[in-house]
Amino acid sequence: MGQSVQEMIAQSKGKKNKQFIEKIIPVILFLIASVSVLTTIGIVLTLVFETVTFFTRVPITDFLFGTTWMPFSNKEQLFGIWPLIAGTLKVTMIAIVVAVPIGISAAIYLSEYASETVRRIVKPVLEVLAGIPTIVYGFFALTFVTPLLQSFFPEIKIFNAISPGIVVGIMIIPMIASLSEDAMSSVPKSIRDGALAMGSTRFEVAWKIIVPAAISGIIASVVLAISRAIGETMIVSLAAGSTPRFDGDFTGSIQTMTAYIVQVSKGDAGYGTTIYYSIYAVGFTLFLFTMAMNLLAGYVSKRFREEY
Amino acid sequence: MTMNSSAITSDTVMEKELGNSKSVYKTNQLNLWYGSNHALKNIDLDIRENEVTAIIGPSGCGKSTYIKTLNRMVELVPSVKTSGEILYRGRNIFEKSYGVEELRTRVGMVFQKPNPFPKSIYDNVAYGPRIHGIKNKKILDEIVEKSLRGAAIWDEVKDRLNENAYSVSGGQQQRICIARALAIEPDVILMDEPTSALDPISTLKIEELVQELKKDYSIIIVTHNMQQAARISDKTAFFLNGEVVEYDKTDTIFSNPSDKRTEDYISGRFG
Amino acid sequence: MKYIEQEIVLKKMNVRNLINSLFKGIFLMAVVITLLALLILLYRIGSQGYTHLSMDFLTNFASRFPAQAGIKAALVGSLWLMAIVAPTSLILGVGSAIYLEEYAKKNKITDFIRVNISNLAGVPSIVFGLLGLTIFVRALSLGTSILAAGFTMSLLILPVIIVASQEAIRSVPGELRDASYGMGATKWQTILKIILPAAIPGILTGAILALSRAIGETAPLIVIGVPIIIQFLPSGVMDTFTALPMQIYDWSSRPQQEFQAVAAAGIIVLMAVLLFMNSIAVLIRNKYHKRY
Repeated sequence: MGQSVQEMIAQSKGKKNKQFIEKIIPVILFLIASVSVLTTIGIVLTLVFETVTFFTRVPITDFLFGTTWMPFSNKEQLFGIWPLIAGTLKVTMIAIVVAVPIGISAAIYLSEYASETVRRIVKPVLEVLAGIPTIVYGFFALTFVTPLLQSFFPEIKIFNAISPGIVVGIMIIPMIASLSEDAMSSVPKSIRDGALAMGSTRFEVAWKIIVPAAISGIIASVVLAISRAIGETMIVSLAAGSTPRFDGDFTGSIQTMTAYIVQVSKGDAGYGTTIYYSIYAVGFTLFLFTMAMNLLAGYVSKRFREEY
Repeated sequence: MTMNSSAITSDTVMEKELGNSKSVYKTNQLNLWYGSNHALKNIDLDIRENEVTAIIGPSGCGKSTYIKTLNRMVELVPSVKTSGEILYRGRNIFEKSYGVEELRTRVGMVFQKPNPFPKSIYDNVAYGPRIHGIKNKKILDEIVEKSLRGAAIWDEVKDRLNENAYSVSGGQQQRICIARALAIEPDVILMDEPTSALDPISTLKIEELVQELKKDYSIIIVTHNMQQAARISDKTAFFLNGEVVEYDKTDTIFSNPSDKRTEDYISGRFG
Repeated sequence: MKYIEQEIVLKKMNVRNLINSLFKGIFLMAVVITLLALLILLYRIGSQGYTHLSMDFLTNFASRFPAQAGIKAALVGSLWLMAIVAPTSLILGVGSAIYLEEYAKKNKITDFIRVNISNLAGVPSIVFGLLGLTIFVRALSLGTSILAAGFTMSLLILPVIIVASQEAIRSVPGELRDASYGMGATKWQTILKIILPAAIPGILTGAILALSRAIGETAPLIVIGVPIIIQFLPSGVMDTFTALPMQIYDWSSRPQQEFQAVAAAGIIVLMAVLLFMNSIAVLIRNKYHKRY
């Protein structure tokens, strides 16, 4: 080497270039990061504008207070949202009844009883369950769960709220189980040891110490799972039917908000028709429901966070 | 802010005792705050060329903060504020026009924990020259070999230059980090407790290396180990609660300290 | 006087232990039920679908006749879709993550972006479909093209990729950054040469999982109007196309019993694609396990 490294560094070109890059990169990255914000704005604006158009044709009061949803009627179209909400709630309720006990129990088992080996096997299985596309679950509900239910309860129709409800429940078990397990595992070991050293059984530790300490995380996981269930589309589109109804029947065909959007989208309701705009009004309602759940989950886990 | 009396005494001592060698770093009335925590108070230090300057003191005394201020790494911590000046080769490093990159290209640093990049040994050492625009493979080869030799580790790794730097022992990793710092031929090498994570034998090797390196470089080393400071340094500064209590020739500090607190610390009464 | 009678405590202990065992059994049941559900689901689909699985199934186009129905157009369409989604979502996701982890100052705007990302992750996929329909299909006049669907899917999985990339970047030890800055490297040099290479395994693992989600998503495709019966292969990103889950949806919703086997065979193909992608993710994870 004829010259010192410092001399070579001093001679190397690109110093100006370097400064320019250092200035421009943060700007580019900021623009990229704002895409996610723009997406949210886009979603909100899209829903709001098209919904407003919808309300110029259908009075908002009809939408909010009507209890009949008959958009395809030849005589008079009726757009009362409640039947669709009822359908969504039926499926969500059944899903919660299935998923909450199983998910939380599994979480307690994994966090408080299971050996490392069991955990190593079960956690990936939960990941696999969580990764299965919902269309697969829908097929499973339609071709397996519904016939199975029918063999026990003949009054259940081919399209009903129970079968998709159960399968949506299966779909959200991994979510509840792994988020709750995270919450329970983050309770410090010393607290557990303290209770065990006083002669508590594992169950007493789990039920009286761990679950109360992790309750905010557990509730948040359930609320997020509810949000997922509300927004679930393919399972209900395949297995729940397309009969919007405002009643308490679970055994017959119903329709959820998401399934209605699908029904219209795959049909040939032309651009600009009232039906076309109705999917935005329904989508907006759906968006508000899930957004409320997500905010609630965030609030619960922040507000009731335990200090260890 | 009142001027600290001991700082004045050590300042006057400094004039007499530090000798005539050229100064590399001259710190004048440096103050530093982490938020509202006043971490460095009225520091005055004159650090000389081709010497090993040790900075000692108990945990939290500001010695690490000080050495990180010398290459402005301390500014990576948010909410840091400084006042006063540090002259590096006569130029204030806090000057607006003084680019931190430029400063750090002249001043190398070795950290507490060996922190090689998860790359090959070769790529680790070549990292500095490369980012500063040296692309020629032949020159890079030369730099890598020279730096690894300089860090006294060439013979141990010359046949495994393409292996991951994490495949060697902790002591070897630290010498690779030293080689990495040497690769851009810095003027000064800052060492922040470079042996605190190492076993005694590796520590000894690094200490020998430091003695070797001071022929070509000025070295400033923070250490919590007083024996280490006594063994390898020419000058020693004793920090306490963010102040320089005493700064003098190492022999003087350890045999005949002028401040009671220095004596207490050195004889193990606290810290 | 003693407050605690050891005898009573011992007697109660038996009951308490019994309760403990009982509940342990109940909790274990929950795990077993979950595992069973997965097994039954996989078994059902395997047993329904394998009869229809053949080379012809992979190379045939869709058909009115179950025996001749094939999945070629959907399989190729899904690959085209990925060719758009993978680069788009990676550039946007990793870029956002770098901004948030390395550049963003602690202020209101940054907080807003963070909260926004976590909320976006909770928006139902069908709503993204409505966004895609309005913005990409209509406003930007992309039609029901691969590009429109690809952009929609990219936005859908964007939050997942951002969060995974953020975690990967955050797990790069601060000492590596310090070392690079200490050499006089600039911020961008440090990010490009040190942080990203160290974070790449984590980013890729997360990205592959997110892409598998995009491959299996149906609802947004239905909403933006992706057709089902397609008898040709797309030749560019502006072409219309169909995708695996769309085809499966169509077959599943047909009344004829025979189409159920076809749908199950389609699901097997879809799951095989997902399995393949996930194995790559696991491979990456194992190959680059923590080295510092």
